[in-house]
Amino acid sequence: MKNSLGREIPESIKGYKPVVPFRGAFNYTPEGKYHTRKIDATYPTKQTKVMNSIEDAIREVELTDGMTVSFHHHLRNGDYVVNTVISTLSKMGIKDLKLASTALFPIHRDIIPFIKDGTITRIESSLNGPVGRLITEGFLEYPIVLRSHGGRARAIYSGDLEIDVAFIAAPSADIYGNISGLYGPSACGSLGYAFSDARHAKKVIAITDTLLEYPISPISIPQTEVDIMVKVDQIGDPKGIVSGTTRITKDPTRLKIAEMAAELIKVSGLLKDGFSFQTGAGGISLAVAKFVRDTLREKKIKGSFGLGGITGYFVDMLKEGLFRTLLDVQCFDLEAVKSLRENAAHQEISADFYANPHNKGCIVNMLDTVILGATEIDLDFNVNVNTEFDGALVHGIGGHQDTAAGAKLTIVVSPLLRGRIPTVAERVLTVTTPGETIDAFVSEYGIAVNPRREELIQRAKEANLPLITMEELLNIANKLVGKPDPLPLTNKIIGIIEYRDGTVIDVVRAPEKV
Amino acid sequence: MKLRRTMMYIPGNSPAMIQRSFIYGADGLILDLEDSVPMEEKDSARILVRNMLREIDFGSCEVTVRINHLSTGYGEKDLEYIIPERPDGIRYPKCETAEDITEMDKFITKIEESNGIPIGSIKIFAILETAKGVFNAYEIASSSPRITALVFGAEDFTASMHTNRSKTGEELLFARHRIVLAARVAGVDALDTVFGDINDTEGLKKETEFIKQLGFDGKSVIHPRQIEIVHSVFTPSQSEVEKALRIVEAIKKAKERGTGVVAVDGRMVDAPVLARAKRILLLAGVNTDEE
Repeated sequence: MKNSLGREIPESIKGYKPVVPFRGAFNYTPEGKYHTRKIDATYPTKQTKVMNSIEDAIREVELTDGMTVSFHHHLRNGDYVVNTVISTLSKMGIKDLKLASTALFPIHRDIIPFIKDGTITRIESSLNGPVGRLITEGFLEYPIVLRSHGGRARAIYSGDLEIDVAFIAAPSADIYGNISGLYGPSACGSLGYAFSDARHAKKVIAITDTLLEYPISPISIPQTEVDIMVKVDQIGDPKGIVSGTTRITKDPTRLKIAEMAAELIKVSGLLKDGFSFQTGAGGISLAVAKFVRDTLREKKIKGSFGLGGITGYFVDMLKEGLFRTLLDVQCFDLEAVKSLRENAAHQEISADFYANPHNKGCIVNMLDTVILGATEIDLDFNVNVNTEFDGALVHGIGGHQDTAAGAKLTIVVSPLLRGRIPTVAERVLTVTTPGETIDAFVSEYGIAVNPRREELIQRAKEANLPLITMEELLNIANKLVGKPDPLPLTNKIIGIIEYRDGTVIDVVRAPEKV
Repeated sequence: MKLRRTMMYIPGNSPAMIQRSFIYGADGLILDLEDSVPMEEKDSARILVRNMLREIDFGSCEVTVRINHLSTGYGEKDLEYIIPERPDGIRYPKCETAEDITEMDKFITKIEESNGIPIGSIKIFAILETAKGVFNAYEIASSSPRITALVFGAEDFTASMHTNRSKTGEELLFARHRIVLAARVAGVDALDTVFGDINDTEGLKKETEFIKQLGFDGKSVIHPRQIEIVHSVFTPSQSEVEKALRIVEAIKKAKERGTGVVAVDGRMVDAPVLARAKRILLLAGVNTDEE
């Protein structure tokens, strides 16, 4: 069957819930009740939750074959917890697990042997790097389910993703299970992605290398959600946790793109008191933030909130009074961690609060402008961030679908060519984010505004911004590097791209050649 | 009149840089086959630039190619490859005498003829970068109707003058004066040398203000970051533009009424005043509906 974007979706997919095809970004009404765990009781006889080893904890929660285990990715490429726990599970002979991490990083290549030996047979996680290559090669029996940050929270709340045991890497904690990301050698700041897991998993095991006196302050994830504490030597490598100093690009092409994106924001009418903004930590995104910052200063505009993964750049804008608050689901660098620790106007938020479409209102709904990237974008403005030109499924969705759907102005920025690979395609290989939620694509050749946004086109015209159409961009790209041949694909489905509302927006088929 | 506030050098051996060169808003581009291309890449760069001229729409940029000097043995071949693609002009390095230009003119004419290109349509931008070249500035400027601009090249010039380039630039002062003067007498543009330190935006701004005051029409640039700085110096102020508009308007009205002499802001408007006003409006990007 075909979904509303014309993507061919099977009626049913092995190991996946009944398929509901995507029918538009805001056209799906959920039914049923929130899903949660059974009632617990803990009496004063219990004075500590600390157990001696991960193995003991696994035995205690009776983790067995076929269960679902989850992890958060706030320790990013410095995380030791996923590898340690999975190898322990394998040693204990537990098989057929479903891995439900919020994301995987290159450091998690160490779990590859455990995918190959059947310890892990199913993955519902964002991903990147080596595990993605393995999946592309077809090593996994069941297709991976990819969800956005908001979509994952939704799946947990609705019961689509039932977590048996959540393992929570805790940079600092106490003996009764209160957790904070603000202190300890592996301090990562916000623990936003772990909140839904702590709230809904049947059992919660927190793993820390820093046990502080009870009770810690402030508390991020409270003791009421945590069954067991395990103390280990090290939960992570601090060097891999932060992305280092995030820098504004010096590349003139990227600066030019950023400048045009900033111009478009200026003419959109959104840049006034109360302005809210999200960008990633990438070079172009930060450069857009710089141009926006200059304008806020110059015109004495006071923004309301900065959202998302937070960088030191946004922290400086908060300090300067250009935002009233930062809403932080993930800290990208040490300045952000420090700010979250010291500044009450810098607030930690959960993925549910951030972006779940099926609650009483998430923050992205109130977002004015977001700057996003793309691997590919097509004539309908559909964006692919998951698969590469060779068909490899190596990138997660992040907050792409969520912020695009929520923001009043969603701008995708990218050079038209990356080497010889064009960004603009007639039809993207994989749809991650539907074009109806993308307002403009800015490349070095000009600004392509989605024809659905007539008012924005009018404003851009009046301001003499360099407008161009997607068709023109495709022609330029074709002229420069030729029209790429279609990628030969097999029929084997290796991935399911779920839209944030739980419908299937696309499936990923394995390429013939890997 | 054509704006030549900035003409940006692009190495002729870098496809990615050539391909995107026109997006930064420079008035002109110089695809370089000379100093930025190493000896072993002269042939491949020549082919690349030829193909790029064929394939790429450089928008409103005036596109020139800096070829190798004819005496190097590469120059002639450069012209054979480049002229048929009809760039706006050839930027010719190390011009020292009028004969350099007449020789060049002959080559270009021959290639224009054999390719059915109207004779004289390819312009020459003469780079004066030796003591001899600067000394002969006027002869060079008036040696061919193809000459569109005299371009100052300070690096080689200071070497030939037994000095070096300083921050303050006293050693360039006479050469700059002479080039502007020669250009004005011959009725061609005068374009200043590059500013080498791409991180010193303040220094570039100062130097541009200085050469604008001397009378230069623009400056060669080597990085996109320099374009906006140079343009901002050449962009007239609001009050200059308003005054220029009043002058043009007054002349137009006077013509309609058939009166001869007009005064604006208490000053008589004569031909030079009108010419300056028109140039200000051109720099400001204001359309005056007449040539």
